[in-house]
Formats: sequence, C-alpha cells, structure tokens
Amino acid sequence: MSSDFLVEIKDLHFTYDRRPILKGINLSIRRGEVVAIMGGSGSGKTTLLRLIGGQLKPTSGTVKVDGQVVNDMSHKELYALRRRMGMLFQFGALYTDLSVYDNVAFPLREHTNLIESMIRDLVLLKLNAVGLRGAHKLMPADLSGGMARRVALARAIALDPMLIMYDEPFTGLDPISLGVTGNLLRRLNDALGATSIMVTHDVQESLQIVDHIYFISEGQIVAQGTPDEIRDTKIPFVHQFVHGEIDGPVPFHYPAEPLAQDLMLEGAA
Amino acid sequence: MNAIADTLRFLGNYVTTNVFRLGYATRLFLLTLLYSGESFRRFRLVLRELYSIGVLSLIIIMVSGLFVGFVLGLQGYNTLERYGSEQALGILVALSLVRELGPVVTALLYAGRAGTAITAEIGLMKATEQLSAMEMMAVEPMARVVAPRFWAGVISMPLLAALFSTMGVFGGYIVGVVLIGVDEGAFWSQMQASVDFHEDIMNGVIKSVVFAVAVTAIALVEGYDSKPTAEGVSRATTRTVVTSSLVVLFLDFILTSLMFTS
Repeated sequence: MSSDFLVEIKDLHFTYDRRPILKGINLSIRRGEVVAIMGGSGSGKTTLLRLIGGQLKPTSGTVKVDGQVVNDMSHKELYALRRRMGMLFQFGALYTDLSVYDNVAFPLREHTNLIESMIRDLVLLKLNAVGLRGAHKLMPADLSGGMARRVALARAIALDPMLIMYDEPFTGLDPISLGVTGNLLRRLNDALGATSIMVTHDVQESLQIVDHIYFISEGQIVAQGTPDEIRDTKIPFVHQFVHGEIDGPVPFHYPAEPLAQDLMLEGAA
Repeated sequence: MNAIADTLRFLGNYVTTNVFRLGYATRLFLLTLLYSGESFRRFRLVLRELYSIGVLSLIIIMVSGLFVGFVLGLQGYNTLERYGSEQALGILVALSLVRELGPVVTALLYAGRAGTAITAEIGLMKATEQLSAMEMMAVEPMARVVAPRFWAGVISMPLLAALFSTMGVFGGYIVGVVLIGVDEGAFWSQMQASVDFHEDIMNGVIKSVVFAVAVTAIALVEGYDSKPTAEGVSRATTRTVVTSSLVVLFLDFILTSLMFTS
C-alpha cells in the first residue's frame, strides 16, 4: 500500500564547493497537499527542489518520492520518475524557438505516440486551463512574464503529473498576474489530484493558497505549520519574514569590518 | 617569498582547471556519441540544425571562396609568369584550395559563423534554464540538443568546404582566364591532369571532416560549460573562436605532415 506521503526527506545534507547549503532537512509532504517552502534568498530552497527532482545528489540523507529513493536511482529510473513530475521554472524556461503551442506539445511529442490531432486537443485543453488557448500561435517573445509563466505551467501539467514543483512562481508578476497564478496553481493541483511544492518568498500570496509551510534558514527548517499557525507564530525569524521587518534575526547589514576601520578614520584599529 | 607562492598557486590552479576542463570536454564528447542514436532515428532534428548551421553559412562561405580564388588567380599569375609557367595557374589554384585553403578557411569561417551561434544558443538555453527544464521533462539534452547540432556540423562542413573550393576555382578562372587571358584549355586540362582524386581531394575531405568534429565539439562544450550569465556566455563565445582557430591550424599542420610528406 502506498504511503500517505508523496515526498519524504530524511536527514538531508548537501554541500556545494565545501560550503554546506542544507544541514539535516527532514520533511514529509502528504499527497494532494500544496506546500510552500520559504526562506530568504540563498537559504537553499531551490537546491532542495533540485534534490527532489534528482538534478542534484545529496551529500547524505535520503529523498523519497512515491516510495522510491531518488538519490539511489539509475539514470533510466530517474527519467521514468520525472515523467510523472512537472516543474515550473522561475521565468518559465520556455523554448524560445518554439511557439506556445509547440512548447506545450513538447513533452507529449517526446513521451507519447499520440497522433497529431489528439496532441492538438490536449494542448488546447491545457492552454484553456491556464486561460491562454487564444495565444497558442504566439512565440514566447510575444508573451508577458505572467503569460509565459502560465504557458510553462500548461507545459508542466501536459502529462498530468503526480507532483508539480514551482520555483519562485510569483517573482516579477504584477498584482493581477500574481492573483491569477496563485489561484490557478491551487485549482490545477486539486483538479489533477496532484501534489504541489512551491519554493517562494511571497508570503501573503502563499498563505492564501497553501496547506502547509516550511521555513528554511541557513540550511535548516526553522519553522513549519499551517498558514494560521505561521501568521500567529512567535518565532523571531518567521515573524520578521512574514511581516517584512527590516531588522531582526536576519540583519540588515552583510557581515563586515567596522565602518570606521573601512573608512580608515583616525584612531580606528 | 609571497610572490613565488602566489605564482605557484596561480600556475597550479591554471593547470588543474584546464585538466579538469579537458576531462569535462572529453566526457561530453563521448556522451554526445553515446546519445547520437536519436539524431538518426529522428533525422528531422538534424535537418533543422543543418539549416541553421549549414544553409545559413552558405553566403559567407561562397563569397569568401570566390574572393580567395580571385586573389589566388592574381598572385599565382604574377609568380608563375616570371618563370613562363602561367599555364600551370589551374594547378596552383586547385591544389591550394582542395588541399589547404578550402578546409582551413572554411573551418575558420565556420567557427566564426556557426560555432559562435551554437555556443551562444546553448549557453543562453542554459542561462534561461531551458536545458534544466528539458532534464526535468525526462528529455535528455545531450540527445535532443547537443547530438543533432554535432552531426549537423559534421555533415555540413565538408560540403561547405567543397563549395568553398569550387567557388575558389571559379574565382581563379575568372581572374586568370577571363580577365588576364591565360589559355583556357591549359587552365582546365593541367588542373585535371595534376589533381588526384584520392591524394588531393579525399585528403582535403578528410581534413574538413576532422576540422568539423573539432570545431563543432569545441562550440558545443563551450556552450554547455558556459557560466549561466551574460558575461559567461560572451566569454564562452569568444573562447569558441579562439580555441577552434588554434586547434584547426594545429591539426592542419599535423594532417598535412601525415598526408603530403613522403
């Protein structure tokens, strides 16, 4: 019997260039949930996503997706698993030499032997789900940032994945696109019966649509909970993050020598 | 003392970095060969690249070939005339082109026109996460992006070199025969009599295939290994031209010494 959890991460460590990025992450994501992973820039959020997708190998620990240990898989097994995953990259990562239609058709053409008329129906349905059926003839260069993100979302769900990963889905979007994308993300997850993991630092939008939130700071999970628990938290880092306070546990200044010393003022050491 | 230590450190770092890059390039090249099956099963992937790598390079190659032929005709005539051997102009033009200038100049122009385009395109695909997106869609970028470009380069460059040589011979004919007045019959008959298919033309073709493999592989490795930033892609593009040009000239020396010395 399959476990309640689609993704299980145990004691995950990841070191890059001798610099520890993740230091003992433990988290479990239930099937059907939309989960946000939050943290400041450079906290290791995107690295975590790449470890789940098998694009990076952990230094130690395990990443399980649907009961299979990702970091022990052969290339072939990993690619078989990825066919059941979708990923939305920060700026869409659409193929600039292909039209919107061909971008969405890309995974279908690569992984299925469907006839072209069926591919056409599927592509138009996926584009309809993100509200861009009318844009299927456009090239990626003709799209706004928000539209490109939605086309990429249609491409990510083309093969009806069990797990959808989003890398900063809200970055650089205007308020309307932000609302549309957030809403879409939740609706698509529920309609497809998928599970979604979203790496973001957009607190307000995320709190409205997710089931569970994990906070990462300096490579460790420092807090977790439902949106209500997070809003009411007393943990100083999370409080600073959620309320966007300038100073707190995350200092405003990057570590440096005293200012007087840098300016070589008289009497400075 | 510090200066010596710094120099040693710099040298050590330089050597290890380059040995690492050489290993990376070899691995990538072998992977390209390993993932080449799909390029032949779905040959339209290669055809698409043949257009951008080969067809779009036609103009520069043909015009350059024609002008190189003009210059060979002029310079060759000036020299041969001193010895009363201007009848041999056809041989000089044809042999210079099929043995040396055709493969070498085509490879240098190809590096500048198609090599840079390959590096910049793959570098930008990497910078905009298109290659990562492909991996996450369980599509192998080596098979879908790298191998088709490699084979398109290997197929198109010998053809471009042949066209270059043909245009060059034509250029030599225009200057030597049409403008200067060298005997037309002597120009063609001496060329036919002295240019050997195996010795000259096939060796020229072998050279252009070797250069095609070298330049295309360098362009692909530089693109795939570029830093995913504007500066990284621009540096990789420059390195493609510089490394390819040096490698082509070096390989030409080696191949010439193996092919044309007794």
